Amino acid sequence: MAYSDKVIDHYENPRNVGSLDKESSDVGTGVVGAPECGDVMKLQVQIEEGVIIDAKFKTFGCGSAIASSSLATEWLKGKTVEEATAIRNVDIVEELALPPVKIHCSVLAEDAIKQAISDYESKQNND
Amino acid sequence: MTTDVKQIYLDYQATTPVDERVLEAMLPYFSDKCGNAASRNHKFGWDAEKATQSARETIASGLNAKAREIAFTSGATESNNLAILGVAKMYAAKGKHLITCSTEHKAVLDPMAALQNEGYEVTVLDVDSNGHVDLNELRNAIREDTVLVSLMMANNEIGTIHPVKAIGDICHDNGVLFHTDATQAVGKELIDVQEMNIDLLSGSAHKMYGPKGVGFLYVRRRNPRVRLEPIFHGGGHERGIRSGTLNVPGIVGMAKAFDICLAERDEDHQRISALRDSLQTQLAAELTHLSINGDENNRLACSLNISFAFVEGESMLMGMSGIAVSSGSACTSASLEPSYVLRAMGVGDDLAHSSIRFSLGRFTTQQEVNRAAELTISTVKRLRDMSPLYEMALEGIDLATVSWGTH
Repeated sequence: MAYSDKVIDHYENPRNVGSLDKESSDVGTGVVGAPECGDVMKLQVQIEEGVIIDAKFKTFGCGSAIASSSLATEWLKGKTVEEATAIRNVDIVEELALPPVKIHCSVLAEDAIKQAISDYESKQNND
Repeated sequence: MTTDVKQIYLDYQATTPVDERVLEAMLPYFSDKCGNAASRNHKFGWDAEKATQSARETIASGLNAKAREIAFTSGATESNNLAILGVAKMYAAKGKHLITCSTEHKAVLDPMAALQNEGYEVTVLDVDSNGHVDLNELRNAIREDTVLVSLMMANNEIGTIHPVKAIGDICHDNGVLFHTDATQAVGKELIDVQEMNIDLLSGSAHKMYGPKGVGFLYVRRRNPRVRLEPIFHGGGHERGIRSGTLNVPGIVGMAKAFDICLAERDEDHQRISALRDSLQTQLAAELTHLSINGDENNRLACSLNISFAFVEGESMLMGMSGIAVSSGSACTSASLEPSYVLRAMGVGDDLAHSSIRFSLGRFTTQQEVNRAAELTISTVKRLRDMSPLYEMALEGIDLATVSWGTH
């Protein structure tokens, strides 16, 4: 199948690959997908005073999954928590020109963002 | 191959380029020798008939069969359909039970499923982790009303070669017809339909450096005489079992291709298996967490199917652009189902998504193998560095014990 230039760019030059300390109280981690489905995304955000100051990802999955998570981290940096939770999978589909069979990659990315933020929020509530 | 130098073709189990000698043999039959092999009253027809007859003899002799036991078809899919549906319908009064196995090509499994919808019973044998059926299970599966056993000679995804002679002997002893889909083996493995007790055998030209769109079905004429209900009706060509004007250039090309394969088999086999082993060794020297799919002691010389744990197949293919290989991951399809062959062998879905099939051939060079190894290694390393699964494995987390969400 043909990939869009943006998918190829994110695949070849992924932004923000890596890991943040998942034990840290200002870091939220989201891990979504399953190996047997062929996609696992780990997305992490570091939040300071309601603003995402860093975001990292690691993804096991196809090029579109890698690109979706890479794009998500790029978008997350500098956003407030509120703005981050407003990111929708369709925004990712549109930006990366994902074909219908790859829409689930964008859904995973949206889920990962939500899970990472909710992990961060639950850490705050427990403090 | 004389294609773009940057492109390396390692997908010979999908299809092969036409050998130049084959193309040369075919060309006159598109133009000057344009006759219809069924035209009985002029030289064009006689020449075409002569050419197809000579092709029939070449193919038959390569299988230790008789020329009149070879029927030409449009390819192995048609041959498999004709063998399975043809036997099932012709022998329906004797019984309506057939046996096959879970790793067969869809061109066998789908006609079997179609028969099930028509009230036939099909036993699908399981395979072990190397892709082999248990011969005792096969023996036990044969019933009074069993009319056909269809088991492939060599598997298209993993290259495992079934013990065809042992299977043929079991079928013969039990009075059951034996069909083998030999698409991947014809021209590569030695085939003797007498010694192996094969009653029906499917082959295809384009897997052995011949053209696409032409194949054959061997149908035993003696001990026993196998009879088939035709699928196509319209002219009674091929002794009534396959109507339709013969694809004369294709048939000439297929015979030439088979002839070359037989003449050069030993050299090709030796050279290709050495290249395959070189590829496997280079990958294993640089990468951990590899698993070879298929029977390493009994597989096609051209075939190398590997699971690269913690990286997904489609993303690997993307990184290896310029190298044409196949992935066991079906992430490209809407189903998200990985290879059913690997799954049948007990390979987990995670590893099935991580598998790549390299298949080498006559025109593969050591330089191409080295380049493919280099690109595979760098791609796997790069993708593992961004794989959460690899990170977890390095942390000592057993991925099998993690409870994953669903999506």
